[in-house]
Amino acid sequence: MQATAGATEHAHPIRLYLVVWAWLFVLSACSYLVDYVHLQGVVRWSLILLFMIVKAGLIVAVFMHLAWERLALIYVILVPPAALLIFIAIMAVEADYTLATRLAQQVTGS
Amino acid sequence: MAHTAAGDGTAFRAPPSTLPPTRWHRLSAEWAGDRQVFDGASWRKAMIWVFLLSDTFVFGCFLIGYMTVRMSTSVPWPKTSEVFALEIAGKPWPLLLIAIMTFVLISSSGTMAIAVAFGYRRRRRTTAFLMGLTALLGATFVGMQAFEWTKLILEGVRPWGNPWGAEQFGSAFFMITGFHGTHVTIGVIALLVIIRKVWRGDFDTGRRGFFTSRPGGYENVEIMGLYWHFVDLVWVFIFALFYLW
Repeated sequence: MQATAGATEHAHPIRLYLVVWAWLFVLSACSYLVDYVHLQGVVRWSLILLFMIVKAGLIVAVFMHLAWERLALIYVILVPPAALLIFIAIMAVEADYTLATRLAQQVTGS
Repeated sequence: MAHTAAGDGTAFRAPPSTLPPTRWHRLSAEWAGDRQVFDGASWRKAMIWVFLLSDTFVFGCFLIGYMTVRMSTSVPWPKTSEVFALEIAGKPWPLLLIAIMTFVLISSSGTMAIAVAFGYRRRRRTTAFLMGLTALLGATFVGMQAFEWTKLILEGVRPWGNPWGAEQFGSAFFMITGFHGTHVTIGVIALLVIIRKVWRGDFDTGRRGFFTSRPGGYENVEIMGLYWHFVDLVWVFIFALFYLW
């Protein structure tokens, strides 16, 4: 019965946590290497974001057991932070505008 | 119903048999009218999740503020991989200290997750030992952060300026890592409190808590773990967005 899948959580083998732990090490090492080998530009940013999201997903899903919780809770936790994406977009536009006015002011010198 | 169960590792016990059969039906049924959401849920776990959600927004605002000042300044941003380099044997290692801090915090999350698993197996001493290891790694992290702050302050980084570039670097750095370090410190203190309870066997004997006058259970260990993993989770974002970007 899938609705009670969470009830078996205590039976998770320790091995699962060790595997996730090892993966987090590997992914952290990868993101460190991105800096170490001096990747730049879009490649650097997309790799950083990719490793970040995978690491965050592993921690939330396995370490925090969210993968085994009921959907009503999963959505309560995951949907509101999506509002942050809208916030990010608004502030990015605003920051762009601020930078433009600063640069324009430096050119005109007024 | 008195809270007697030590918890079985999930916030939610088996649902009443009247519930619809699939996860999706259950989702809509729970949020439908005239019903209590999270029926049968552990209020402790529901509340820690609500708290963590609010904390997500706190750190989200810090990181968005950092993004805004970094994007809007016409002065070059200091090169973090040089600023946070550590010199060993005359050779600068970019971001070495930050990388070590990352591994330390991830390891503490690993030991915490395993401690929770042993708690539900009612292995009292193993749980306390692993939580102790978690606290030790957390304290190590805070210590390294204190070292990093000292180094940067001696080099002239201030919330209003620094020797290398955009002034906003200092304020973003101190605000974000300072708040995160505070979270880790609070986590270490909370860990010590729970370790004492585990070691003493409070969660086996049902001894009542000092503040709450309620008997706890091994679910408390998992709730402690949820907070600790969250702190690690925030560091994942700080590491990527502040140090590596």
